[in-house]
Parts: sequence; C-alpha cells; structure tokens
Amino acid sequence: MSTIRLIGRLDIKGPNLIKGIHLEGLRVIGDPQEFARKYYEQGIDELVYMDIVASLYGRNSLHDIIRSAAHDVFVPLTVGGGIRSVDDAREILRAGADKVAINTAAVKRPDLIREIAHVFGSQCMVLSIEAKCQAKDRWEVYTDNGRERTGLDVVEWAKRAVGLGAGEILLTSVDQEGTRKGFDCDLVRAVSDSVSVPVIASGGMGTVEHLKQVVTDGHADAVAMADILHYNRSTLAEIRSSAAALGVSVRSDEL
Amino acid sequence: MSFDVVVIDYGIGNLYSVRRAFEACGANVVLTDDPALIVSAPRLVLPGVGAFADGMRGLIERGLDSVVREYAKSGKPLVGICLGMQMLATVSMEFGEHRGLNLIPGKVVRIPSTTMEGAPHKIPHIAWEALVRPDSIQTWDNTILANTKPGATMYHVHSFTVVPDDDAHRLADCYYNGRQISSVIRMGNVYGCQFHPEKSGRAGLALLKRFLEMS
Repeated sequence: MSTIRLIGRLDIKGPNLIKGIHLEGLRVIGDPQEFARKYYEQGIDELVYMDIVASLYGRNSLHDIIRSAAHDVFVPLTVGGGIRSVDDAREILRAGADKVAINTAAVKRPDLIREIAHVFGSQCMVLSIEAKCQAKDRWEVYTDNGRERTGLDVVEWAKRAVGLGAGEILLTSVDQEGTRKGFDCDLVRAVSDSVSVPVIASGGMGTVEHLKQVVTDGHADAVAMADILHYNRSTLAEIRSSAAALGVSVRSDEL
Repeated sequence: MSFDVVVIDYGIGNLYSVRRAFEACGANVVLTDDPALIVSAPRLVLPGVGAFADGMRGLIERGLDSVVREYAKSGKPLVGICLGMQMLATVSMEFGEHRGLNLIPGKVVRIPSTTMEGAPHKIPHIAWEALVRPDSIQTWDNTILANTKPGATMYHVHSFTVVPDDDAHRLADCYYNGRQISSVIRMGNVYGCQFHPEKSGRAGLALLKRFLEMS
C-alpha cells in the first residue's frame, strides 16, 4: 500500500482562517499564515486552501495568503474557491500554488477541467466536489459551500471529470463536515472505486480511528483534516503515530 | 552579481517555490532564460511540470536544449526536477513519442496501472515515498544525496517514470505498491529528481542544500 497523505485544510474568509459546520456557521480561528507554518513545522504532507466565499462574491482573495505561504512552507499547496478560468489558475499558480481545486466553475462549464489539465497538466487540476447524501448510496453534487443543488450525481460527475483530465478529487461530505463524527465512508468508497485518480476524503474527522476507517473502508488515498488540528485536539505527530499504530501506512517524518 | 544557482525559466511551472526553497537554504538564485547567464551558472536547475512535449518545446523555442546539453559537458552540477528529470532521458512515450535531451540514456514510460499483485492502483502517483538505495549503488557519499538517509520521504507527483538504459544510473528508487520508480537518476554531474525537493519539507531542503555545496 502506498502512503496515505495527511492534508491540512484551511478554509479562508477574507484574511482569516475560519471553520464551520456543514460548511456554514463560520467561526474565525486566526491568522492562516500562523497555522500554515505551525502545520509545516509539525510535518504536514500538504495544505489545501479554500476561499469559502469566493464563488459567492465572484472573487478570489487568496493571492496574498498563498504568496506568504509559499514563502515559508515547503510542501504542496492546493488552492480553491473562485477560480473560473485558465487565467485565474495561472495567476494563483504564479503566486506559489501547486494545484488548483475547482468546483462551481467546473459544474457550470466542464470544459474548464480539460483546459486547465491541458495547459498545466492533470497533476495540477483537482476537482473539488461538495456532496450531500440523498438516499442510501446516492449523493448529489452541491456548489457554493453546500448551498446550491446541481442535480448531478456525485459518482457520475467524478467519472466524467476524470475523463476530462482531473488528476485528483477533493471530496467533501457536507453532511459530515465540521461534525467530528467521522467521514462518509460509503461516499468516499463509491467515488474512489469508480475513478483511476487519487481521492482526498474531507469532512468529519474527529479521531484517528475515523482516519483509519476512511482509508480501509472508504479506500481514501489522502485525508484532509481541519478542526482536529485547528483546535489543537491532536498534534500531527500524535495523529501520525496513532495512524501507524492502527496499521495505516503514513510516511515517517523523522529523516 | 554573484549567484549560487540558476533556475531555467522557460515558461513552465511554479518557479516561485523553487526559488524560495533555494533562498531558504541561503542561496542567491537567478531565474532566467538567458543562455549567457545559464552557461555562467555554477549550478543549474532544470525545473518543470506538465506534459513532456510542451516542456521540450519550451526549451527548443528558446534555443535552450543545446545550451543545457553544453552545460552538462562542463562538468558543473545540473539537476532536473520532475518533468525536468524526464527531459534528461532519450525519449518519452507520453502522448506519442518525443525526443528528450539524451543526457542520461533511458526511456520515459507510463507507470504500470496495476500493483505488483495485479490490482488497479491510482495514477497519477501522488505520495510521499521513502527513498531506497538500489543494490547496485554502494553509497550516496559524494552525490546529491550525501545528506539524505535511505528512508527519507519525498513528495512525488507523476504519471510517467524514467527507466534508465543502464541500472547503474539509478541512484535512488521508491516503490509504489511494489512497482519500482526511479526517484533519483545520475550520470556524472547530471542528476534528475522525480520528486519535488522544493515541496518535500526538511528532507527536500537538505537535498537542495547539498546541491549548493557541490561544484
């Protein structure tokens, strides 16, 4: 088994790191740069930044935040929220991002996936999916932080996007997000088993046991975590060693 | 102006992070596509992400393919990163067949889409993988990995992998579900890293720092 990536997810509103429940009811946590540096020092594998109001207001305010992060943090940075064109993507990559995560704009115009994959490579094109459970084994794609329905089936949309060139999928369960009750393992497995590209499970991590479940039962290739880190409920070293003790293959950060 | 390392800017990829990582190691870095500056560099970095054909076209359009080949002959340290490593090979099979710089004889081929046991696995290969010293390599002393210990983990993201014609040019490997991947290749003063040292945390910075000590 390959090593599972442990990814810090930083939801951003304006200049602040924030955290919500079901992507709503947002609470300010602090200065994103401070948290990014802390997680880097602790040995995070990757960071994901999501401007959570960008598509609502039709803008992306992450450039300065990403520029600062890329100055001090030497792990991959993925940026999402409000990226609507190849030019938007180019601008944020120039600021120091390694990948872009696209949700709303890809739903509105799926060809954007192909365009970004063509210009920057598939490894750069992360499809972000916000999923809500509709019935057993059926999930619908939402946009705008779980507010807007699209009518798209999550598994079908994931397969189509990979066909268009998405190189990775960031899969957020709106139902589980912020609840600390564990990932939607059925959702993650349904998507991960249907596509050839890596899937990042996001939403619901309360304990390391949840991480193990989403890897073994959900077939996740990477795990995004937010409030378990933001609220200092565990350090990354604790998560790493507990995960290893539970038999999850994670990298050793000691060498 | 004195500088420690030149990073070739041929219109591709996130060069800010490469520059910042070298600066964090205390280096003066120049990003340029100016052949004169490149030739005068004490150390040269060929970065790159994206498609092989686009990368080679970017070099050729600027006349930099021959400049890099000449540089390699100088004996000064040269490292290609990710796509930059793949372009050091003879030929790539990515979307057709494309000629590379042929500085380290070998082929760029797709990573097998199954594990050693035959089960499907995810491509692109995106993971921090531990570096392994192949049996054919006695030591990493006096190489770009002099400060790297076997088992150190580096961030890999790729769908294609370099297979050198001569196993002796495999300086470090990693294993993706049992599939051997060339993580670092080397022929003389020319090195290639499949992973991104500038995105591999402390272990990656240690490698870049070591590169800055080489001459």
